[in-house]
Parts: sequence; C-alpha cells; structure tokens
Amino acid sequence: MEKPKAHIDYNNPVISIRGVAKAFEDFAVLRGIDLDLFQGENLVVLGRSGTGKSVLIKLVSGLLKPDKGTIKVLGQEVTEISEKELQELRIRIGFSFQNSALYDSMTVRKNLEFPLVRNRKSITRKEIDKAVEEVLDSVGLSQTINQMPAELSGGQRKRIGIARTLILNPEIMLYDEPTAGLDPITCTEINELINQVQQQYHTSSIIITHDLTCAKETGDRIAMLLDGQFQRVGTFNEVFDTNDERVKPFFDYNFIQ
Amino acid sequence: MEQLNSTSSPARKKRPKFVQTIVDFFSSIYNIHLFIVRFFREAFVPPFEFKEIVRQCYEVGVRSFTLITVTGFIVGFIFTKQSRPSLVEFGAQSWIPKLVSIAIMRALAPLVTALIASGKVGSSIGAELSSMRVTEQIDAMEVSGTKPFKFLVCTRVLATTITIPILATYTGFIALIGGYLNVAQNEGTSYSAFMEEVFKPLTFVDFNASLIKAIVFGFTIGIVGCYQGYYSNKGTEGVGKAANGAVVTAMFLVFIEEVIIVQITGNFR
Repeated sequence: MEKPKAHIDYNNPVISIRGVAKAFEDFAVLRGIDLDLFQGENLVVLGRSGTGKSVLIKLVSGLLKPDKGTIKVLGQEVTEISEKELQELRIRIGFSFQNSALYDSMTVRKNLEFPLVRNRKSITRKEIDKAVEEVLDSVGLSQTINQMPAELSGGQRKRIGIARTLILNPEIMLYDEPTAGLDPITCTEINELINQVQQQYHTSSIIITHDLTCAKETGDRIAMLLDGQFQRVGTFNEVFDTNDERVKPFFDYNFIQ
Repeated sequence: MEQLNSTSSPARKKRPKFVQTIVDFFSSIYNIHLFIVRFFREAFVPPFEFKEIVRQCYEVGVRSFTLITVTGFIVGFIFTKQSRPSLVEFGAQSWIPKLVSIAIMRALAPLVTALIASGKVGSSIGAELSSMRVTEQIDAMEVSGTKPFKFLVCTRVLATTITIPILATYTGFIALIGGYLNVAQNEGTSYSAFMEEVFKPLTFVDFNASLIKAIVFGFTIGIVGCYQGYYSNKGTEGVGKAANGAVVTAMFLVFIEEVIIVQITGNFR
C-alpha cells in the first residue's frame, strides 16, 4: 500500500517533548527524550514491548506525569496547566487505545455519543445523530450502530474506538498499537483508515507500534525507541538503513515474520 | 494530594514482612481518606450528574429488591417465631409485636439491608469499576474530556447513600409483615391490632437512628466498592480481588459502624 502524500508543516510543531524522563519504581522507562510532532504529520514510534512507547503517549495526554522534562501540546505545557485546562486540551486530542476501550455497557451509538454529549452541552439530538452517522460512515461500520461492543470483532472494535475519538474532530491523534492482535488484512484496513483520517480530518498523529508494516504504510517519520531514548529518527529508509546492532534485528525479525 | 503507594517506595525490599503489612495498612487508610475527601470535593460541585445518579439509584434498587424482599420477610418471620417460646414462658406473648418492632426497626432492617447490599451492590460496583480500569475504559473517559471520578464514583456513592435508606425502610415493613404472619398464625391477631401495637414503642429517635444508620451504611458500601474498583490493578485477577474486597471490607465496616451508632444514639434515649 502506497502512503498518500501528506501536507506537513515542519515549522509548526504541535507536540514538543524535551528531556522527558519517567521511571516506575526503580525502573527508568524513559531517560530524557526529545521529540517533535509537526502539523499534519504521522509520526510512528517503534520499539520493543516494554520500552515505554505507550507511556510516552500517556504522558502527552496527561494520563501520567513525567518525573522530569517538559511536554508542550498545541502550545500548552501539559505538566503545568490546571485540571480544567487539561480537560479542555484533551478534547483536542484523540486517543485510540490498544484494546479499543469501548464502554461495555453501552451500544456503539451510545459509545460514540458519549464524548459529544459530555463536551458539547448545547448540541441538539439531530446534530448528535448526524455526527454519529457521519463518523460511523467514515470508518465503514454504519451497520453496527445498535450493536454492543461484545458483539464486534477485534478490527471492528478498533475502528469504533477510532470513530469515537474522531467525533470530537481532534487536531492530534494518538494511536496505541492500532494493529496489535489483528490479522494481516485487517491490519492493512486499519493502516488505510489511519491514512484516511490524516487526509480527511487533517490530524497530526503519533502511532505507537512494533509492527513494521504499519510503520511503513502509515508513518511520515519513524522514531525508534531503545533503552529509554530515541536512537534513530527519520524516514523509514533512513531509520533502517543502518548497521546498528540494536536496530537491525528488529527490522530483520519483523520482515522474516 | 497524591495517592500513597507503599509498594513504590525504594526502601520496600529492605522492610521485614510484618513492617510492610503495617505500612500497607496505614497507606490504605490514608488513601481511603483521600478518596473520601475527593468525593466531597467533587460530588457537590456543578455540573451535577443527575441523570446518571437516577440511573444508578434504579440499578441499586432493582439489583437488591427481590433479595431484600425475601430476606426481610424471612427475618421478620423467623425472629418472631424464635422469640415466642421465651415470652410465652412468662405469659408475655402480647409483647411480641413490640419486641419485633423494636428489634426490626432499631437494628435488623438497616443491618440486613446493608449486608445484602454489600454483597449484591458493593461487589457489583467493585467488579464493574475494576474491569473498566483494567480495560482502560476509565482512561478513555478521562482523555475524552469527562471526569471519570465524578461520573463513575460520585454518582454511585450518592446512589447507594440515597437508595439504601429507602430499601432499609422497605425491609422494615416487609419484616413486620413476616412477623405479623407468624403472630396471626399463632394468636389470630388482626392486622390492624398488630400494627397498632408495633408502632407504640417506637419513638422519633428510633426512626432517626435507623435512618442515619442506613445513610452511613449506604455511603460506606458505595465508597468501599468504588475505592476497590477505581484503584484496582493486576489485570483480571484484580477484578475478582476488587469485588471480594468490596464485600468483605464493607461488611466489616458496617458492623463497626453499627456498634458506634448504637452507642451514640443510646445517649439520646
């Protein structure tokens, strides 16, 4: 699959991370990382399991607090803003969880309505229905509107999870392992959806994955996270055109697989 | 104020086991204290989640209704049946309605309701919130601009605090009907005569004490269930632990509170 050309503004970072460190108990997961996500860009963060990839996007969304460093999102310093400001900022960020995190007790419709009803107090019933139908249509799952999450397949759950974040028209998308646990065909469909979201909603995205196909098909830039730091950042070819013994096995193993 | 996590301390490995147990115990007391403070900070500040509170009240009521009806009836019936021989021995069977009403209204109705609700509602809240935590649904709520504490915790705690006193009152009346059936079976007393006798010994203090007890029990069941579920971890294992912890801790606290409230309200009689 060829990645569609994106309009990236390399002078306008929407996320700037500087010197961020995070440790759990005695284990340092991130050791002073620096990273920029530019306007309109899909940035893939690659790395083995347990290297702190998901921690990184949880820090960006304010779900975790860094031990050190600064994280600027859409011009606001996440570590310094008030709870209310953080809540308002989060509406501008879409977070697609690894296991979709759909609300089990609600139908697909209610899942999609939830962020809208909570954040747009003056919205009418008609506008809600229209937004739900549009966003479901954009992920190609209009027929699931009255189903419960338990009745959906893994790929459908991922799509609904993405749709739920899109309903608020976010400026930034954070994808946590979007293709984990899916078959290759569904993976390709999800990769296409990520590119479609970038084109249609003009979002800037961080995509956390250890799937090189996903990285190649969706990423404008790749950032390789190893030993708590970004070892290589660049295009797919720039990152993997190396003899670095820490990077090469990752590439070889993925493509042999 | 941040949650205290005794296990995150670097010195943890150096502590002897019994010291660690004591540290864990006091950290959890401190954390529950923070949880309660946070509840009062968020529950009574707008915007209020009226719709969700009503939905939760309905859930709490419906979940326990059948069980409470059956249990309340049996408690009233059995209590009357078991107290009869002792009173008959002194020729005091006419005191049965008074004895039954004092026992049920002052102690049994709120206590039985709280114990049933601990098992049925407390465990359900603990398991539900815990599985939401494990599957990142609480995080999903937070990143979508909703305050999960207010939406999930405050509504559930308010629902149990409002509904359990209503259920306790209902249990009291159902238990009295159970008691009446036993009395009617043995003494042939009419319903109106029984009810007249039943309310004679009860005072304003009795009703108030019973109501206060039920409110405190309801709050305890809600808080404990939510606390166990909201801060659950360890994956699916944590779901079972949260449900179990919610029941055991709530029941234990209900008995402690019963003793304390009885001592306090006894001074007003």
